[in-house]
Amino acid sequence: MPRTAHRRYVECVSTAVIKTDGLTKRYPRVTALDALTVEVLPGVVGLVGANGAGKSTLIKILLGLAPATSGRGEVLGLDIATRGPEIREQVGYMPEHDCLPPDVSATEFVVHMARMSGLPATAARERTADTLRHVGLYEERYRPMGGYSTGMKQRVKLAQALVHDPKLVLLDEPTNGLDPAGRDEMLALIRRVHSDFGISVLVTTHLLGELERTCDHLVVIDGGRLLRSSSTASFTEATAVLAVEVTDHPDDHTLAPGEEVRGRLAAAGLSVQAEGSHLLLVRLAGEGTYDTIRDTVAELGLGLVRLEQRRHRVAELFTDAQDFSRGGADDVAAS
Amino acid sequence: MSLPPETGSADTGVIHDIGYRGYRGPRLGRGHATRALFTQSLRAAYGLGRSGKAKVLPMLVLAATTLPAAIVVAFALTTKLDDLGVEYAGYLSSVGMLVWIFLAAQAPVLLSRDLRHHTVPLYFSRPITRGDYVRAKFAAMFCAQFLLMAAPLLVLYAGALLGGMDVGDNTEHALYGLAAALLYALVPTSVALAIAGFTPRRGFGVAAIMGYLAVSAAVAAVAVGITRGTDSADAAQWTALISPDGLVESLVNELFDLGGGLDRRHAPGGVGTAVFALVAVALVAGSYRLLLRRYEKI
Repeated sequence: MPRTAHRRYVECVSTAVIKTDGLTKRYPRVTALDALTVEVLPGVVGLVGANGAGKSTLIKILLGLAPATSGRGEVLGLDIATRGPEIREQVGYMPEHDCLPPDVSATEFVVHMARMSGLPATAARERTADTLRHVGLYEERYRPMGGYSTGMKQRVKLAQALVHDPKLVLLDEPTNGLDPAGRDEMLALIRRVHSDFGISVLVTTHLLGELERTCDHLVVIDGGRLLRSSSTASFTEATAVLAVEVTDHPDDHTLAPGEEVRGRLAAAGLSVQAEGSHLLLVRLAGEGTYDTIRDTVAELGLGLVRLEQRRHRVAELFTDAQDFSRGGADDVAAS
Repeated sequence: MSLPPETGSADTGVIHDIGYRGYRGPRLGRGHATRALFTQSLRAAYGLGRSGKAKVLPMLVLAATTLPAAIVVAFALTTKLDDLGVEYAGYLSSVGMLVWIFLAAQAPVLLSRDLRHHTVPLYFSRPITRGDYVRAKFAAMFCAQFLLMAAPLLVLYAGALLGGMDVGDNTEHALYGLAAALLYALVPTSVALAIAGFTPRRGFGVAAIMGYLAVSAAVAAVAVGITRGTDSADAAQWTALISPDGLVESLVNELFDLGGGLDRRHAPGGVGTAVFALVAVALVAGSYRLLLRRYEKI
């Protein structure tokens, strides 16, 4: 019995945990997935899409629960069409909806789910105690789950997905219904699932803001198609914007400072957007942009109140989709 | 302090947070998980592993079906009878209502609860397949019903042996009884599970199963009752086909030449026996397939 904590070493870090090739799922009336080709590497990966974008369908197909209409896919190197049971043995799944019987305690429930994953009875008990502690459930784990808060229920749902020590977990909207504090805790926990437990995570959400903080990589799908797949950093950096705030002119009060600066910066070839009379958003076009702004403001004799980088939010992804395909051509994985 | 020398200084008695530990042990796969689900469901049918309240009804029914058998045995033993005076298979018919209550109450426990609380997708995200799930639940409910009926038969048989009654005769009839129990545990149970599989609401499930069993049995019994002694008495026996319970009783009586009196339920003739047997098989197979198809959609 090894007594020291051991960290799992993911064999071949560069191997994709999920790989799909032209994956298509057609229902009689809708096409849920449309030739989706994507590769997901180990880490915390966000699967972003509006409701009905095909996230849940993708998860179902990846678990080998529904056959794809065409195309192929692999999870942990196992073909989804033929090796469903093996995949499900090594993958954990946390559904979006409530799935906990109210008259059973968290311990009993998670032990049962561990056994359903093929763990022997004693191991199931040990792993349950460990896992519930890791997700932050202590004394209350012996009480019936009907009396749990939403946050506690989400923890139990996460615990049942982790109890068999999978190599990959699929988390469907894990922050649904949580208050801001509960959401932060859940996101921190999801980070730990990868950083401390060594388990890769695919997490879906339609709340984009929270993914920026949690995920290493984002996969964006819309209408069953891949919109973009790239690192979280490149999502935010590629479109960095500077916020520039200026004062009124000390003497000339007829001058509209924002308008004046905007005109000059535009003339200098920068992309500028006015946000109120004193605030401008300037797209960063290189190191020279800072100098241009500084000089322009100084020439006009205005005061520079603020010059800061404002990160482009992932939330702007959908309104700004065409910008991305222009700006980030290098990391668009869609073919 | 008598620390074994080989454990070294690192292993003191203090428990530290040792962080996350992976699982390197065996993963026993589908077969093991299916068996675990079977055991858990069988236990759940008797309220074991559930709340105290959940144990009340199944345990009460178990006691109620077994107690009359114990009384029969006690009476036979004290009065030194050389026969129990009760037919094994016939005993099962007379406690039939209790067996229904158990079935109607517990079949939804096994299926409706998982549907109601959306636990089913958690099972299917694990190694077991939909077929495994249905198989485990089916087998669990069958065993629960069989145990419920085997218990009083065992009491009767043990009593007969204890009282020094004819071993050969009692063994033969006890086996008839077990065969009847087997059929009762298969046919009505299949139908009840098929009903339970379509109702997430437990109350509806209980009412629907109880309603179906009771109404169909009543219709068949009345038909046999009002035609007794008339020319159409034999024809009336066919009505047992609509009642899973009556079907089994008629089949068992005809196969083993049991029962007596004017109200005797029996499959009418050789053709009747064949038809009754076929319908019994069709009910079981049909209900099972219906359940499988039901779970394909989840």
